[in-house]
Amino acid sequence: MAIEIQPGADRIQPVGGGPESARPWWLRPAFHTGLALAVIGYFFGHWLGNFLASGYPQNGLSDNNDVPIVLGYAFAVVGWVAGLGTFNDLGRLIAGKPMQDVEHAPAGGLAKYFRFTLDHKVVGIQYLFGMITYFLTGGLFAMAIRSELLSPSFHLLSPSTYVMVVGEHGTMMMMMMTSIILGPFGNYLVPIMIGSKRVAFPRLEALSFWLTPAAYIILLSGLLFGGFPFGWTGYAPLSIQAGQGADAYYFAFGLMGISVILAGFNIIVTIVNYRAPGMRWSRLPMFVWAMFTVSFLMVLAAPVLVGGAYMTLMDRTFQTAFFANTLGGSSYLWQNLFWFFGHPEVYILALPGFGIVLEIIPVFCRKPLFGYKTAAAGMIGVTLLSFFVWQHHLFDSGINPDMRPLFMLTTELISIPTGFIFLVAMGTFWKAKIRFSIPMLFALAFYFNFLIGGISGVFLSDVPADTTEHGSFFVMAHFHYTIMGGLIFAFMAGIYYWLPKMTGIKLNERLGKIHFWTMFIFFNSTFLPLFALGLMGMPRRVFEYARNLETLNDWVSISAFCLGGSILIFLINVVMSTLIWRERETGNPWRSRGLEWQVPSPVPPSNFDVVPVVLSGPYEYGVKDAPPVADLNPPAGVISGALAGAGSEA
Amino acid sequence: MAAQQAAPAPAEPRHGRRIFLIWLVLALAADLVIWFVWAPHMPPGDMTDSARHQQFDIAVLAVTGAPVMVAVWVYFGYALVVWRSRPGDEEDGPPIHGHTRIQLAWIVGTTVIVLFAFVFGTVELVGPAGAGAGEGPAPIWKISGITTAAWTPGTKDILQVQVIGQEWWWIYRYPQFGGFESTQLYLPKDTPLEFHVTSLDVIHSFWAYRLGVKADANPGVDNVAYTRPEQLGGFTVRCNELCGLWHGAMFNSGAVVTQAAFQKWATAVLAKEQQDGLIAAMPPYALTYDPTVIPQLGKDVVQVTGITGGNGYYYSGKQAGTPGPPVSP
Repeated sequence: MAIEIQPGADRIQPVGGGPESARPWWLRPAFHTGLALAVIGYFFGHWLGNFLASGYPQNGLSDNNDVPIVLGYAFAVVGWVAGLGTFNDLGRLIAGKPMQDVEHAPAGGLAKYFRFTLDHKVVGIQYLFGMITYFLTGGLFAMAIRSELLSPSFHLLSPSTYVMVVGEHGTMMMMMMTSIILGPFGNYLVPIMIGSKRVAFPRLEALSFWLTPAAYIILLSGLLFGGFPFGWTGYAPLSIQAGQGADAYYFAFGLMGISVILAGFNIIVTIVNYRAPGMRWSRLPMFVWAMFTVSFLMVLAAPVLVGGAYMTLMDRTFQTAFFANTLGGSSYLWQNLFWFFGHPEVYILALPGFGIVLEIIPVFCRKPLFGYKTAAAGMIGVTLLSFFVWQHHLFDSGINPDMRPLFMLTTELISIPTGFIFLVAMGTFWKAKIRFSIPMLFALAFYFNFLIGGISGVFLSDVPADTTEHGSFFVMAHFHYTIMGGLIFAFMAGIYYWLPKMTGIKLNERLGKIHFWTMFIFFNSTFLPLFALGLMGMPRRVFEYARNLETLNDWVSISAFCLGGSILIFLINVVMSTLIWRERETGNPWRSRGLEWQVPSPVPPSNFDVVPVVLSGPYEYGVKDAPPVADLNPPAGVISGALAGAGSEA
Repeated sequence: MAAQQAAPAPAEPRHGRRIFLIWLVLALAADLVIWFVWAPHMPPGDMTDSARHQQFDIAVLAVTGAPVMVAVWVYFGYALVVWRSRPGDEEDGPPIHGHTRIQLAWIVGTTVIVLFAFVFGTVELVGPAGAGAGEGPAPIWKISGITTAAWTPGTKDILQVQVIGQEWWWIYRYPQFGGFESTQLYLPKDTPLEFHVTSLDVIHSFWAYRLGVKADANPGVDNVAYTRPEQLGGFTVRCNELCGLWHGAMFNSGAVVTQAAFQKWATAVLAKEQQDGLIAAMPPYALTYDPTVIPQLGKDVVQVTGITGGNGYYYSGKQAGTPGPPVSP
């Protein structure tokens, strides 16, 4: 373990806001300079595209010339990150000047949240606000979809608007939400949970966040060009025929892919190298295990997406034909590439939820985690198996039809490690002292929902049963149960559990309970009938459906609006609690043994005064004579000894 | 599972046995209701043999899955009621770090269920000739019957039907009847059917819900699916893969009729299309079509009212001349 106990003083200067603090505020790189350079970059790229490719033969399938738009996006992103000051440290390094401080919080109150900063806690808060914004945007699109589906034949939205909204909703949720837990909680908490003062690659971490607003804006900009007609899956050759809005989808998705690769790299290296002395692998909190495995999924799966998006953009601009059947390509190739990324992707959305609920349950059961190794093995098993199941999305496609029993087997095998997550929770509940706090309620709801999502997944893995369910509302209900019912409920559990840690402010409990019960009831009332709709023959992404399904659809739509209302209650709670009521919470309200709860709330700028020495596991509740989880002020000289010990044990 | 928990204190009730008994009663009740009340009405019905098998599969999986769900729910429900912390009780629970036998039993149990599901699913996939799902251009699990050049009622002849998807409509061709084209899917009862699903533009998916058939229509690919209708009646065909703007409106209808009625209908449509010159004007029957290569290019274009597909435009097989207006395939 390489731990920087005494960071090289020659390398890092403890300057508050960096060398540029002498400049007036509007010249210092921040949100506004990024925006300005992004706009300039877009127009430059657009001009360059026209300059290079104006005489270019247009895309044979779509009759567009997309080169200017794609180059515009590319230069806008370069301008955005450059304007934020991403490359300034590189410049300083080349010029031989001191770089920005990594370990100390940047100066400035609210302003630091709008700047490219290297403090993982600031990045975590930035991610939190970003992710909630993206989630709400995607949710509004969902409300529009449900409004259209109130009637089987009357059209509130035109078919073109509807298909745009469907694509934006799916992509916003599946693409932007990849980081909903790793971004805010992973970046903020993992270093604190492993006893580190910093992350391994703070610049990559900050860049990974600042790419997400760019991806978000670019994805939404697709609406200005008429949207994209292929949902979040982007199947070729429809994608190559589609209008210019499709460039937004591929560029934004690829950009988000790069963002999660960077974020994942940082988390993996941080966990491997920055654990405090005594933080053995067998003492790692479950949430850290989840972040570790999910980071591997991100780093290994997302490159396939980035490559696929790049190839499609080449098809759409420079007349390559990777995916155009009539020009010698293969539409199957995109399906394979997409789902080779896409199935690990859905576990990128599931594993963080496992981590949060397993982290929360021992605290409120007042018991050690039942089967620590089983829980870690479950996450690792899911991670490994998730790369071998992707063709179950192609059961009816006619590709490799003889391999379907194999993919049926791998898909069903993945329920074994997923079952571990249930076993561990159930064992922890045995003879526990259960306390019903709001995080615990959300964790329980996670298990309720994820069970339905998981069991319905077995129906989908079975090829004959899947013939009816494939591509229908049954699938839709299934993955909303695992992602909305799993990931988002776990995210809410995390918010109620850790927001007091991150802000030092308590969330209102009464509003929290109202939020939980409305969200739980209306979530199930929205998505449970969708299983029935799918089994009764309603395909996904349609704006017309059989008249006998109208009652159920109306029920679902009204429930969905109420579900939106419960999210509104959540927003009111967060805004009122953090801005108006501001009830202080500085201690350890949950009596948790987690290392992150041993430091004051909000976390001091350098996390720990000195690197702590971890003395025991985080879940030793009820263990007689259990040592405290860590010694936060180890006497001088202990660390070198602990280091030597940890080295031999690891 | 919890029954083998370490020996409880004398005063303590035997939680494991209680949970097991509650589970046994509820699971049994759930399975009986599912199998005897719900299963006969489960989708997608029993109009064809593949639909019937899918209905059976969904019912079997429901009967397998219900006890698992009931087990988890009963356990959590019991725990929340019995082991909730009483007000003022600030003590921690017993420090149980794990239990090897329970963990092993759990792993073995879930593995057995998973392997059962795999073997069952494979048998049900191979037995009913691919279970109505698209099997690609060279299916290995075929329906029993004889492939002939002309289909005769009352024999074991397989009826071949080509399904052509295009934005945003379905067209059906019957190669054993001169390759005539129809926008309605008529099928004979008690006949082995061989669907050849393909597309002219983007990926569609042919879903005849009541027939229990689903196969993606890929451009340039012949995707084969089998079924065998066992009841008369109508059904709807929908597109099941997002294919652009009017995907939501891409559906039409079909019907299963008697073999004699089908023979009569098919012969009549063939005769009409021959008389109109349509059979000669259409691209010759093939397993896949490339709309950028038009064999009749350079010949005249005729428009036939009442025929959809290509907006009613067809290249004339008889008259040679200059190309007519552009054809939107």
